[in-house]
Amino acid sequence: MEFLPQVIFLILLSVSGFFITKSILRIRRNILLGRDINLYDRPSERLKMTALVALGQKKMFKRPLPAILHLFVYVGFIIINIEVLEIIIDGLLGTHRIFAPVFGGLYPSLINIFEFLAISVLVSCAIFLVRRNIIKVKRFDGEEMKRWPKLDANLILSIEIFLMICFLSMNTSDGILQTRGSEHYIATGEFFFTSFLKPLFNGIDNSGLIFIERFGWWAHIIGILAFAMYVFTDSKHLHIFISFPNTYFSKLDPAGKLSNMPEVTKEVKLMLNLPVDAGNDNSAPGRFGAKDVQDLTWKNLMEAYSCTECGRCTSQCPANLTGKKLSPRKIMMDTRDRLEEVGRNIETKGKDHQDGKSLLGDYITVEEIMACTTCNACVEACPVNIDPVSIILQLRRYKIMEESQAPASWNGMFSNIENNFAPWKFSPSDRLNWVQKLNQ
Amino acid sequence: MSENMINVPTMAELAAKGVTPEILFWVGCAGSFDERAKSITAAFVKILNKLSVNFAVLGTEESCTGEPAKRAGNEFLFQVQAVSNIEVLNAYGIKKIVTACPHCFNTIKNEYPELGGNYEVLHHSEFLQQLINEGKIKLQGGGEFKGKKITYHDSCYLGRSNNIYEAPRKVLEILDAELVEMKRSRTKGLCCGAGGAQMFKEPEPGFKDINIERTEEAIETGAKVIAAACPFCMTMLSDGVKNKEKESEIKVYDIAELIAKYEGL
Repeated sequence: MEFLPQVIFLILLSVSGFFITKSILRIRRNILLGRDINLYDRPSERLKMTALVALGQKKMFKRPLPAILHLFVYVGFIIINIEVLEIIIDGLLGTHRIFAPVFGGLYPSLINIFEFLAISVLVSCAIFLVRRNIIKVKRFDGEEMKRWPKLDANLILSIEIFLMICFLSMNTSDGILQTRGSEHYIATGEFFFTSFLKPLFNGIDNSGLIFIERFGWWAHIIGILAFAMYVFTDSKHLHIFISFPNTYFSKLDPAGKLSNMPEVTKEVKLMLNLPVDAGNDNSAPGRFGAKDVQDLTWKNLMEAYSCTECGRCTSQCPANLTGKKLSPRKIMMDTRDRLEEVGRNIETKGKDHQDGKSLLGDYITVEEIMACTTCNACVEACPVNIDPVSIILQLRRYKIMEESQAPASWNGMFSNIENNFAPWKFSPSDRLNWVQKLNQ
Repeated sequence: MSENMINVPTMAELAAKGVTPEILFWVGCAGSFDERAKSITAAFVKILNKLSVNFAVLGTEESCTGEPAKRAGNEFLFQVQAVSNIEVLNAYGIKKIVTACPHCFNTIKNEYPELGGNYEVLHHSEFLQQLINEGKIKLQGGGEFKGKKITYHDSCYLGRSNNIYEAPRKVLEILDAELVEMKRSRTKGLCCGAGGAQMFKEPEPGFKDINIERTEEAIETGAKVIAAACPFCMTMLSDGVKNKEKESEIKVYDIAELIAKYEGL
């Protein structure tokens, strides 16, 4: 019986570890459904990008208030992990505050830092909840933000608040038990922040406090393990991990450079009677542009998993701002939802199952992709370097090159370029007529 | 031909004489055919001419870069245009290209290299800034824009696409005017609504056209001159000003036109 808590702890740890590993493999498999693209060049530039954008949160600071609150939650998450490490070791060995003798006199200072961060996280998350649900900040609203995405965001914030309350009440009761000289609660020195909470718990007897302390301890660690499983299931919170590889594999070229299609070049050169490079003859391209998620690159799919649905993109999109249906955030969320659906099909119905659905049509409409001005405001706004324009362009390519379904006026523009070498119907021989303006 | 007539040499004429100009001025389709944009082309050429810049144009050998086709998703048509243009440019041994169109600029600079076209490409705002830095265009004091409010509209294909925010502003500084920024500028600049081949189709249903939203923002600054650096932004903003019935008080000019006016050209 003595080892029962340790056994339970080990089981919990293993079960959550198993599910998290399974989820990571699922996400990895889904991302690799995408087309291959080589993004392994320029490693030092990529590391610098990751350091600035993911680690350093550089682009978050375009909006200072949410940036600072987010920074608290982010730093809190990273630093409090040291505390989680202690909890895990204690849990496995049946010890209590095993770091206390290791750090000696520094231990209370360490805990004070954790407590400060825990309070910052708690306050920040509370403000975030208020911004979402009471102030109703506009960018958290929108067609794509109903039901699950809305609940997901509120759940994440509430869970974080719950975890911090567990942590703080655990420390408060521990602190009181220490002063009362309770057997297991070795004196570590006073915890600064929770000492202010002591009056709340002072009236409780030792067994009550031990219950609160143990409840806080178990709820905190079980909560963290459950939250970790939740993050990898179907939550926007995945960004806390995947934004690191996502920024590493960022597009390093100027934003205005849209992707080339080498498979088209060969045909064009043959048509124009130009020599074709014999080397890259990877003939028979699958499909021009993208109809479904598998036609996109793995980077596009990784970006879909990196999106935290903050809506900075949509709030800057000129089409969305003027009432068009296009929302860059919806493009990313749809891509993710469709990818998850394709993944589930693979698991339940086999690798080659066709469900007759596709990203373009069943998730994203033509009206949405046609409204994009390729202005890159969404790309600029994204704190984790997501590029919705890349997906929009590939969907357009499918619509135009595979289905030949362009708006009539675009067809006119195409034929003008083909026949008159300008998007308007002017005679090519008049191209130099502007010279007359010079000497007017 | 009188002595004051400005001569615009074509690459073909120069090649026949065995001469290679220092720069190719890529006029672009808007600059060649659009009535309003033709004035921008003329203004820029007047500046080049006054400063005796050694340049030429392709003339009738120039063809659409394919930019709107690419952004509309017609990669095939884009590459037909791009590969043909690169054949012409390479045949003339072109090294340096200047253009007044950010769309041509972005495409030739960023999208032609992978198809075999490698050139030094400058937007006219960068080129004009160089001329100012070299002291060829000087702050003279006075001039018709002195102290007047001018607001600069960032073109997406200069700004966010290629990180060119300062060059056009530096060019405007020479006018000794009061530069006022719109609420959304530089990295946050609002698109005029023309990019991504939107210029060539009706907008999707919404409650407002993008150019109206942007024009309202420009009008809010109180500026009487809206400075643009792109022929498409020019069209969209001019239409916006007309829509607001402000065309008698608010003028939209390209930065090259402002410099040409300043220089009395």
